[in-house]
Amino acid sequence: MTRSALDINEQIPWQEITPGGEIAEGGTARMIKTGAWRQNCPVWDADKCKQCLLCAPFCPDSSIPVKDCLRGDFDYDHCKGCGICWQVCPFDAIHMVKEGEE
Amino acid sequence: MSRRDRLSGNEAVAYAMRQINPDVFAAFPITPSTEIPQYFAQYVADGQVDTEFVTVESEHSSMSTCIGAEAAGVRAVTATSSCGLAYMYEMLYVAASARLPITLACVNRALTGPININNDHSDSMGARDAGWIQIYSENNQEAYDNYLQAMRIAETPDVRLPIMICQDGFITSHAVENIELEDDQAVKAFVGEYEPENYLLKHENPLAVGPYDTSPYYMEHKVQQAQAMKNAKTAILDVAADFARTFGRTYGFFEEYRMEDAEAAIVLIGSTAGTAKTCVDQMRAAGHKVGLIKLRVFRPFPAEELAAALSHVKAAAVMDKSEGFSGCGGPVFADTRSACYDLKERPRLINIVYGLGGRDCAVEDLERVYQYLLRIARTGEEGPVYLHMGQRSLDKEVL
Repeated sequence: MTRSALDINEQIPWQEITPGGEIAEGGTARMIKTGAWRQNCPVWDADKCKQCLLCAPFCPDSSIPVKDCLRGDFDYDHCKGCGICWQVCPFDAIHMVKEGEE
Repeated sequence: MSRRDRLSGNEAVAYAMRQINPDVFAAFPITPSTEIPQYFAQYVADGQVDTEFVTVESEHSSMSTCIGAEAAGVRAVTATSSCGLAYMYEMLYVAASARLPITLACVNRALTGPININNDHSDSMGARDAGWIQIYSENNQEAYDNYLQAMRIAETPDVRLPIMICQDGFITSHAVENIELEDDQAVKAFVGEYEPENYLLKHENPLAVGPYDTSPYYMEHKVQQAQAMKNAKTAILDVAADFARTFGRTYGFFEEYRMEDAEAAIVLIGSTAGTAKTCVDQMRAAGHKVGLIKLRVFRPFPAEELAAALSHVKAAAVMDKSEGFSGCGGPVFADTRSACYDLKERPRLINIVYGLGGRDCAVEDLERVYQYLLRIARTGEEGPVYLHMGQRSLDKEVL
């Protein structure tokens, strides 16, 4: 009785839910848009960015996508606005704004 | 062919482990269970097993290692006692809720404090609500036999719960007895291989284990766990029946010793049963109708069966080797009395907390209990329900 995350919902009776809450796939946190928790919002300035990529490994929520050795804009669906990227950026390429005031 | 050899309880369990050759042993020493990983380490060094022997820095880590290994899809075992079991507490619940059939050899020892290394059941009784199956052994043979049955019970598909095989520290673990040891191949054939349906390292079927369970899901998983514990009753009896067919020794939820027409009975767990059997024999020879119920399976609790076994008795003492500090009796008493509530005619039941921290319990102590029960049976006067036995006192104690 394995189920993927999308097959597990709040209507499943106890007889049919997976034992121990097992889910037949990984990385399912991706499906939950936890970015809604954010109060402060990082903004990326691509012109100032040197692509040193220091920010990406510091991000606790994997919300800085890196492709072909280049970072892209934030994944705002999952960024919580903790500001660590802003703290570690040596080039002032990230600044913080109040959520909704961008 | 089985053969007779003299082994300590710890050695018997380590010997069973060698025969089973589990995939992972997470080892951390604590008195009196230390000898189990010690003997097993020798088997590893001698190449008699190909088990991954993981020496960890704490019991929290040994249980965590078992959880990781079992979730990955292999058989994981460990052994511990007392504070070591207490230190595993958080992870015991994780193992049970993740439905991982880990096997733990528990060598029962008092919990600190005051610090004490001797036998009582406070360690495993404290873990009784963790969702583990608990099976207790009277002697070395039972420690060996129960261990051989453990994995098949725990791994039964509609059970999938971790299991604790308990024996009394020092009294059983360090005493050397002649026991029947089964042939390696026969043991391997009986125990079989662990074949979980899904596991982390099954790459064609990815799996996430131990997710965050919000309130819309948690209750359903707990009901499933409760159902699995009920299912374990059938699995325990099925495995015991196959064990009897294969090796000729019979086990159930509990052993009834000379209970046929007993008017007074004692219910207890573990090595004291041997002492109690001697006492029953002596008292039967003197014409007293007394019997013993030795509880083997404590989780799941065989409530209906135990109540039926006590239904014809006039007075019974449930003897707890742990003080649950409920203020009204120990854990075995609480469950036994609850089980008897549904009987049309209930025996008078008293609770005796005894043997804490290795306090001795001799045949004459149990004879005092039987005499006290026979007096209750005769007069119908119960007196105090919740008693302690074996302590020095300024007062004249009941027992």
